[in-house]
Amino acid sequence: MDSHAVATTADAHGHEHDHPAYLRHHFVSYEQQTETASFGMWLFLLTEIMFFGGLFTAYLIYRNWYYPAFVAGSHQLSITLGSFNTLLLITSSFTMAMGVWSAETKRHKGLVWSLIATLILGIGFLGIKTVEYKEKWEKHHIPGDTFSVQSFVNPSSDAEAKAAGDKPMGLDMARKTEVYFSLYFAMTGMHALHMIIGIALLCGMLFKAVRGGYMDGNIAFVENFGLYWHFVDIVWIFLFPLLYLISRHQ
Amino acid sequence: MSEEFQNHDPNSGHTETEQHIVGPATYGIIFAALLVGTALTIGASYLEMGAWNPVVAILIACIKATLVVLFFMHIKYSSKLMKLTVGAGLFTFLILVGMSLSDYISRAWGQW
Amino acid sequence: MSTIVSLPDQSTARVPKRNYLTNENGLLSWLLTGDHKRIAILYLISITFFFFIGGALAGVIRLELLTPQSDLMAADTYNKVFTMHGVVMIFLFLVPSVPATLGNFLIPIMIGAKDLAFPKINLLSWYLYLAGGAMTLAAMITGGVDTGWTFTTPMSTHFSNTNVITTGLAIFVAGFSSIFTGLNFIVTVHRMRAPGMTWFKLPLFVWAHYAASILMVLGTPVLAITLVLVVLERTIGIGVFDPTKGGDPILFQHLFWFYSHPAVYIMILPGMGVISEVISTFSRKRVFGYTAVAFSSVAIAVFGFFVWAHHMFIMGVSNYAVLVFSLLTMLVAVPSAIKIFNWAFTLYKGSITFETPMLYAFGFMGLFTIGGLTGVFLGTSGTDIHLTETYFIVAHFHFVMVGGMLMAFLSGIHFWWPKMTGRMYPEKISQLAAVVTFIGFNFTFFPQFLLGMLGMPRRYAAYPAEFQVLNVFSTAGASILGVGYLLPMIYLVWSLKYGAIAGANPWQATGLEWQIQSPPLTENFTTIPVVTQDVYDYEWLERQKEHEVTHVG
Repeated sequence: MDSHAVATTADAHGHEHDHPAYLRHHFVSYEQQTETASFGMWLFLLTEIMFFGGLFTAYLIYRNWYYPAFVAGSHQLSITLGSFNTLLLITSSFTMAMGVWSAETKRHKGLVWSLIATLILGIGFLGIKTVEYKEKWEKHHIPGDTFSVQSFVNPSSDAEAKAAGDKPMGLDMARKTEVYFSLYFAMTGMHALHMIIGIALLCGMLFKAVRGGYMDGNIAFVENFGLYWHFVDIVWIFLFPLLYLISRHQ
Repeated sequence: MSEEFQNHDPNSGHTETEQHIVGPATYGIIFAALLVGTALTIGASYLEMGAWNPVVAILIACIKATLVVLFFMHIKYSSKLMKLTVGAGLFTFLILVGMSLSDYISRAWGQW
Repeated sequence: MSTIVSLPDQSTARVPKRNYLTNENGLLSWLLTGDHKRIAILYLISITFFFFIGGALAGVIRLELLTPQSDLMAADTYNKVFTMHGVVMIFLFLVPSVPATLGNFLIPIMIGAKDLAFPKINLLSWYLYLAGGAMTLAAMITGGVDTGWTFTTPMSTHFSNTNVITTGLAIFVAGFSSIFTGLNFIVTVHRMRAPGMTWFKLPLFVWAHYAASILMVLGTPVLAITLVLVVLERTIGIGVFDPTKGGDPILFQHLFWFYSHPAVYIMILPGMGVISEVISTFSRKRVFGYTAVAFSSVAIAVFGFFVWAHHMFIMGVSNYAVLVFSLLTMLVAVPSAIKIFNWAFTLYKGSITFETPMLYAFGFMGLFTIGGLTGVFLGTSGTDIHLTETYFIVAHFHFVMVGGMLMAFLSGIHFWWPKMTGRMYPEKISQLAAVVTFIGFNFTFFPQFLLGMLGMPRRYAAYPAEFQVLNVFSTAGASILGVGYLLPMIYLVWSLKYGAIAGANPWQATGLEWQIQSPPLTENFTTIPVVTQDVYDYEWLERQKEHEVTHVG
């Protein structure tokens, strides 16, 4: 067929050949459509990498500048809660992967239960995060006007600092813990925001799955949501050691 | 109309490979590896390794992230384009971090 | 003067009854459309609106600078005016200008697809753009911003008492519009090409947009998080950039310029794509060094990420960083020069005609070369220390952005106007407009190079009396430039009803977009084309013309 012999007049936009209803008109085949969707999702995840990239850059710089403040700041975080949350998130990633597998192999029950498990684990993560944030609020560790350096200039007044055996810090360095908590809240806050968006999407997906959705082979949404969920998991895989585990041995 | 779509030019970008389904066995192994990694990273933070503490922590995190990307996110079974896409993201991220840090580490050079 | 324009017989020709404009009627059919061509038109209308707002602000700036005293407005009002001029022009005009209008309209057609990969996301990106634009307008009406478009900390986080938060969030939202456009383009170019449309048969317009899209996808999120941090710093007082809390204000600039330097390539690369198409068509030749030009687009995109700190030489970065970034900056000159040289070689021994798009393209080549070469002065750390923060900078980026990008935008709008509307613009008056724009532009911005060399700082409402002569030149030139921009606005609208019927291929150009009717059908192609022809194959077109004398629109 000659490339330039393209019809210039209107004629019937005929789709004689069979194709599933979910194939959009501008795609040639379903394979093209799913590949396209997953490629688009990956590009979106690249923007997410760069979005968090700015925060990680800031973190690395300030951690080098104010290392003692970062150590003291991280001692304020509960390693138990942090580890448990890591466990929850990794497990939810696993259940989500199982959900994608169930959708691929058209297991209705498997999909529904995987999504329910993922949902519960995700909500559990956010619940624990709330407990942690609340504790920070009570101890005036939220950056801003109410921020207090009490725990760091006088560690004996503070249970966590005492337990970690922190030595009193000069006021100058103690004030830098505000930078640590600024980054802590910015990073975990952005991560939690992604979790909340993810949970909202998950609810919609679960609603559709319960009513028998995703069993016709049109599972692009499940797959792409899976990619998103795993990405959020990866961010946490880095946040956990960077924020919670700075030098626990001191 | 449908015939001409069958023989796509291999150079035109439509890589229609068979969708590879990763099964529960693989997912289970990766899940276990991630749990082990988490335990290792917590344990390592209690060891006194000096400058190596953050290195070990980041290394374990990178391994865990790689496992997630390769298996949970199916990149191991995806087309070259997808692998390249992930690589491009990582590359740009490293430029942002690396080139910014290059300014910070060199600010005090020649001043000691 | 010879011409390549070949229009159908005006007494019998009609604009095709069925096309993307007439396919559906009513406001909703536009507001809920998934058609990339309609979205391009929506974008065209909205960016034109913001262009004239930004232009009016520029007019006010030039009026204030007519006299040495700050007499038209108070100094802090002046700060707000130039800030809003920068914000509107950069985020609401230059970044989406060519990609969101011409790119949106043409990329699917040029690669032989029926639409972009994600039509709904494309529409979403227009709504995000509108939301960002509305927020910017709201910020402007309720008091404006005075930080400069760069939002430099700690000015933006602590000392400014203006609408930084609203504007910052507006740019955040508009940024996601640009991310989605870029994402859509990349996926479309990879996944939607027609059979036979290999990478090296893609028009250079597509290559340029592909490269710009990479920058949009990878750069914009860094700006987004930076603005979020500024907003958090203003609202709850976190301490990431605040020096009193131990933060580093220069970190803001690192993150900001990590996006905003590549952003100038987001702005200029699509313009370069337009110029490649126009130069080739009006020289009747294949673009010289097609592969080099294609790869130079990608090279500009990649190098663009390595040079950002050259905006910060006097801001307190280390001497070693200055050295490294200064050297890396020189790298960008190479692919830019490759493009200019290859366009020049395309012209060599070509059958050149001087229709309006070509006039603008010539304007682009000259002005971009001056803008680019003065960029080398600024990238060299020694001269930069003298020239930065003066009118030399202002002149440099206006040569690149207005002289380069805006010329390319107007060139592209004229070139594809017949395809978009089915009608020709009036040739004589548009040639006049192109010349007026060129003259007005040089009068406006060339004196600013001299002002900068003499040491006049930018961003001040008042200046020593010795600079007045050159400033009067500049303001006078700006009024000519303003006429040059108003003219196309008038005659292009006029041509919608009274323009000559264009037919499918008024320029006798190659490329898939010229093989379909003008304006195109909603589905672009009745059957997906199979591409066998090489790109810019004008010899093939000549042979074709011998067989087929008339074109039916």
